[in-house]
Amino acid sequence: MGGQRNDEGLSSGPPEGVRMKANGFYEEVIVAGFGGQGIILAGRLLAQTAMKAGKEVTYMPAYGPEMRGGTANSMVVIADEPIASPLVSKPNSLIGMNEASVNKFAPRVKGGGLVIMNSSLIDSEPEVEETTDVLAVPADEIAVELGSQKCANMVAMGAYLQKRGLFGADSAAACLADVLAARYHKTLPMNSEALRRGAEFAKTHS
Amino acid sequence: METVFERTPTFKDCPTHYCPGCGHGIAHRLVAETVDELGTRGRTIGIAPVGCAVLAYDYLDVDMVEVAHGRAPAVATGMKRTNPDKIIFSYQGDGDLAAIGTSEIVHAAHRGEQITVIFINNAVFGMTGGQMAPTTVLGQVTTTTPLGRKAEGEGYPLQVSELLAVLPGAIYIERCAVHKPAEVRKAKKAIKHAFQLQVDGAKGLSMVEVLSQCPTAWRMTPAEAVEWVDKEMTKVFPLGRLKG
Amino acid sequence: MCGNEALAEAAIIAGVDAYFGYPITPQNEITAYMSRRMPEEGRVFVQCESELAAINMVFGASATGKRSMTTSSSPGISLMQEGLSYLAGAELPAVVVNVMRGGPGLGNIAPAQGDYFQATRGGGHGDYRTITLGPSSVQELVDCMGLAFDLADEYRMPVIILADGILGQMMEPVVLNGEKRWPKREPPAKDWALTGASGRKQNIVRSLWLKEGVLEELNNKLHRRYKQIEKNEVICEQYEVDYAEIVVVAYGVAARIVRGAVTRAREQGIKVGWIRPITLWPFPTEQISKAAEELKVFLVVEMSLGQMVEDVKLAVAGKAPVLFFGRAGGAVPTVEQVLETIRQLTIPEKR
Repeated sequence: MGGQRNDEGLSSGPPEGVRMKANGFYEEVIVAGFGGQGIILAGRLLAQTAMKAGKEVTYMPAYGPEMRGGTANSMVVIADEPIASPLVSKPNSLIGMNEASVNKFAPRVKGGGLVIMNSSLIDSEPEVEETTDVLAVPADEIAVELGSQKCANMVAMGAYLQKRGLFGADSAAACLADVLAARYHKTLPMNSEALRRGAEFAKTHS
Repeated sequence: METVFERTPTFKDCPTHYCPGCGHGIAHRLVAETVDELGTRGRTIGIAPVGCAVLAYDYLDVDMVEVAHGRAPAVATGMKRTNPDKIIFSYQGDGDLAAIGTSEIVHAAHRGEQITVIFINNAVFGMTGGQMAPTTVLGQVTTTTPLGRKAEGEGYPLQVSELLAVLPGAIYIERCAVHKPAEVRKAKKAIKHAFQLQVDGAKGLSMVEVLSQCPTAWRMTPAEAVEWVDKEMTKVFPLGRLKG
Repeated sequence: MCGNEALAEAAIIAGVDAYFGYPITPQNEITAYMSRRMPEEGRVFVQCESELAAINMVFGASATGKRSMTTSSSPGISLMQEGLSYLAGAELPAVVVNVMRGGPGLGNIAPAQGDYFQATRGGGHGDYRTITLGPSSVQELVDCMGLAFDLADEYRMPVIILADGILGQMMEPVVLNGEKRWPKREPPAKDWALTGASGRKQNIVRSLWLKEGVLEELNNKLHRRYKQIEKNEVICEQYEVDYAEIVVVAYGVAARIVRGAVTRAREQGIKVGWIRPITLWPFPTEQISKAAEELKVFLVVEMSLGQMVEDVKLAVAGKAPVLFFGRAGGAVPTVEQVLETIRQLTIPEKR
């Protein structure tokens, strides 16, 4: 758990692993992978879902030349209190869509945290604290079953939402239209289904 | 008694600070006459440069702004885009337009800004005391080319009008002079045409380059300066319409 | 909508007539957004050939009485300093947004606060100031846009909004057209504007005054205006300063991090509060000076190696110790680092 300040707040039954304060939770998430995997979109969906649920939320993309370098990441902070920094150095949760990003960010995940990793593209075991929960999701394979590899991000997001229990996959699905450009709205049903399948996978594989 | 000549109203009734034999006064008057003849004084905004003509607003009785060195075409862009019904002109010297302001004039022409530029070329930086300008001709002695301008290291005289004429956004470019009455009449016609294009809403930039004598910086008498424009300057900067 | 886009829309709501921009990271979303939205609104958008051109186009539009703005990031703002000085000299309103990045030189594109001196000291040549606003959230960025235009018009001077790469890039919930945090001001009549001398005498907008004593008169006039601004326009937030032994001073994104650290420090029983200047010039000298009378320790946190700390020291005027913690070059202090700094401050006195 994240340091000295968390000892009091755990009695109120928060989602496991989410850093608690007396007045609520403070969840810091990194979504990472390579360009084209929908990393930015997944982060924005999480932020939008949190906002619709009335939470304080910040979303911060990695910007500039980094975006062309192969790995992309976005940072989402969700809390009940005003958010200090939108930058996340030590996340509670990581959604890692490729090996490079899991290698980079998994060691930074706080003890008691959560790693969702796309096992379709990752062979190795991530390097994490003992108390961190790791769920390997064959996101690409499930996505292909649903019709397109492109919705692997939503499969992983669905699994994350299920494990964390902050918001349901269906509330995220309801926000898809807000973050997806209108020209992609024909993919809404597939993406919604991907969120649901991801959640289902997490439910049956925990 | 019949009046055969009078001061045009937009040209203020006051002495100018220009040196004897300078071409600025004539060029100012041509602009003022044009504004009055076109009847656009009430919707004309002029832009004074940094250079000898920085105080142009003391002589031209239209709304005017004085701007940073070389930036007049950018300022003109800001004005014209937000006020398409106004007639916007910049009045710039060769230090202003051909040295520090090349980027602004090239891009204003390149974008086809609907502005009018009066470009006074006297082959020298006048106000600062006669230094070499990009337009200084080869062999010309200035305070910074004491042995005369040489191509090597100092470059050839920059022909801005020729340079701008190749841009599709520049619709009218003409080079004139004011060293003798016939040329003054031609210059007037060119300036009026350039303004008229803007009044008519023509899509692009119009510019009149005016070769102007600078006896002080050239270390000449006014008569010698007139002669030098006629014999030397027009060789490097041939008069005539380059575009439009 | 990221911070950059939110501020662009806020400028449209604030009635900007013309936007002039040149690409530079991390503020490109503003230019892209404006290129679409300004024509939709029938207003002016120009992508310029340089920041020099951009600020001078702002100058031109502003001289005709229009509300105009430009945005850039640190290296581009350096290029605009000439124009800012001329705007100040010609007494023209303008709004300039600096989405700061790391420097000096080309630096990097990461968030930083290294342009505080440049913004609050005038930046260009000559004896002038620019009102400088330092928002710390996307909402405040939005709120500052309307205020910036109102202040620029009221005092006929450029107003700078000093944001940074985080504010520009991040997203958080924002209300664009809600209740005004700072009430809209009635813009004064712009009878000085260049609109064509129709039925009136010629208007001249200028900054050259060669006759003896005339420029000094202008300088004195501007100075009186600046004094009035210092008296009337300071905005700052304070939290638990009266009961604190340590007061942390920070602005912009650094202030968010400070707020997080102070909240945790207070949970640990440390008596700490904060002061957050929103106007960086005029600086909340009086508020800080007052706090300094009660023998507190001041800690200044910046995303630079120490710029605003000098203003805090001037305000404290030796009455209390002023310590500093900063990260530069695009590094952002973490809540944990600031918390640790606060904890260390308390050790010698409390144990």
